[in-house]
Amino acid sequence: MSELSSVGIVAPQTAHFSEPLTLKCGAVLPAYDLVFETYGTLNADKSNAVLICHALSGTHHVAGKYREDDKYPGWWDNMIGPGKPLDTNRFFVIGVNNLGGCSGSTGPRTIHPATGKPWGSTFPVVTVDDWVASQARLADYLGIDCFAAIVGGSLGGMQALQWALTYPDRVKNALVIAAAPNLTAQNMAFNEVARQAIITDPEFYGGDYYEHNVVPRRGLRIARMLGHITYLSDDAMGAKFGRKMKHNEIKYSFDVEFEMESYLRYQGDKFAETFDANTYLRMTRALDYFDPAVEFNGDLSAALAKAKADFLVVSFTSDWRFSTERSREIVKALLDNELTVSYAELTAAHGHDAFLMPDPHYHAVVRAYLENIEFGGAK
Amino acid sequence: MSTHTPAQAHTHFAEAASERRDFAAIARWIATGAKVLDLGCGDGALLGYLRDTLNVRGYGVERADANVLACVKNGVNVIQMDLEAGLSGFEAQSFDVVILSQTLQAMHNTEGIVMDMLRVGKEAVVTFPNFGYWRHRIQLIAGNMPVSRNLPYQWYDTPNVHLCTISDFDNFCRDHNIRVTERLVLTDGKPVSVLPNILGSLAMYRLGNNT
Repeated sequence: MSELSSVGIVAPQTAHFSEPLTLKCGAVLPAYDLVFETYGTLNADKSNAVLICHALSGTHHVAGKYREDDKYPGWWDNMIGPGKPLDTNRFFVIGVNNLGGCSGSTGPRTIHPATGKPWGSTFPVVTVDDWVASQARLADYLGIDCFAAIVGGSLGGMQALQWALTYPDRVKNALVIAAAPNLTAQNMAFNEVARQAIITDPEFYGGDYYEHNVVPRRGLRIARMLGHITYLSDDAMGAKFGRKMKHNEIKYSFDVEFEMESYLRYQGDKFAETFDANTYLRMTRALDYFDPAVEFNGDLSAALAKAKADFLVVSFTSDWRFSTERSREIVKALLDNELTVSYAELTAAHGHDAFLMPDPHYHAVVRAYLENIEFGGAK
Repeated sequence: MSTHTPAQAHTHFAEAASERRDFAAIARWIATGAKVLDLGCGDGALLGYLRDTLNVRGYGVERADANVLACVKNGVNVIQMDLEAGLSGFEAQSFDVVILSQTLQAMHNTEGIVMDMLRVGKEAVVTFPNFGYWRHRIQLIAGNMPVSRNLPYQWYDTPNVHLCTISDFDNFCRDHNIRVTERLVLTDGKPVSVLPNILGSLAMYRLGNNT
């Protein structure tokens, strides 16, 4: 019997790739690093590997802690570990920081070897396709020919879907959670406001703020505050804050009056301390550009005809940024192609953030699906 | 969708033996390797049975969380949605057979779902408890709403909103230009040929488009 526990103390690794990578935009990365973590043990025939694709602000640090006294574990620690829904006693799990990120993989903050300066504004606009291509090279590096599963929520779910299209023979199961086949105009509009907040920050310097020893903190902070609102449902914010006041009396000022404001400012400040504005711009653009159906005149069913994987699609009722309707579009396209697919539309109060929450039923569905995955040699 | 409540899920397992006979009867109308959609599929038992016996490619539709989880556990494809919203997520004529097993009587959009089944499926199979069954009639004559194995609810807590008799459903099909290709009436799992609307407890219809 496996107990529900943590993967424990983990350490990131770095894979260097010296073969140039041509990106969708036409730019070429002459060489790059991907930082990643692994949990569990790769079996003898390397058939139990699961790749976790991260969302906008995620990283390779998916589970476990770096030090005992870390305040928080990896971002999906409630899902991944010994005895957890994604059971590391059974699966070999990989978390990777995407290209263009700011957590160790090559990105705008990385020093460009030719100039000795950060890439900054010259770092190309990367896409979901580019990430999938680079992740496939990481799989090659680790000797993994085919993933038992690729799992992602939100932008991560888009990567899981793209994997099934780009490398249909390299992924047995795709778990596409709180995702969409593309962004709606409204969803892209939020991204544009976030980017404008960053780009118009006087300390953005066209993306080359590193050399001025500043960061466009104000812009990044507003971008994050806006994001946070859209990741939560009205009900969830109401339950958490309602109209609770910060002080006992109204001050008739523009300082923090309501608890909600305090929370947003705190989240914005915390994010602006660590995250890179150039990465934020690129992550939101990757979201905007993702649209596998575009090459098929908008016919998603035709776009998904290449897929061979089995799918679990999950959405959350209160998620208005990646609504259940959008997941149902994915499901319909999978059905049209007679693929093996199950779809769970989970009743959840947390909005888009629900995919990160340890809801028992949500976890039970993911667990049940993953437990039914068979792989050679390790049954 | 009457199979959605925990109470009925329990009943379902308790009556596994007789229900298997329903399964076998349904299976006779389905070709090996057919593509099947089971509406209100519960824990996926029928689809599992059809997969194991006929190698069908099956998908279930369910609303209840517990049943969706059970389907995933049982390795049965399940799409979580409310049938009342219709089958717009499914292409026309994309399934060989669409099944509505003992769910018709719990639907509000009864008329719509039957018509949608025949849009999505080349054929449809509908089964329902016959309200005209003699035990039900006797209970009504005695002055009470019927409670039986197939209608295991009190009037105040039943999910059933559109109960009908075999005669009613025959009329429905005639009025909606639906072709009844086969009909089987069962009581305790055994076929009933004499006075089916009185002696039959479960009605099973195989339907096609009248064009």
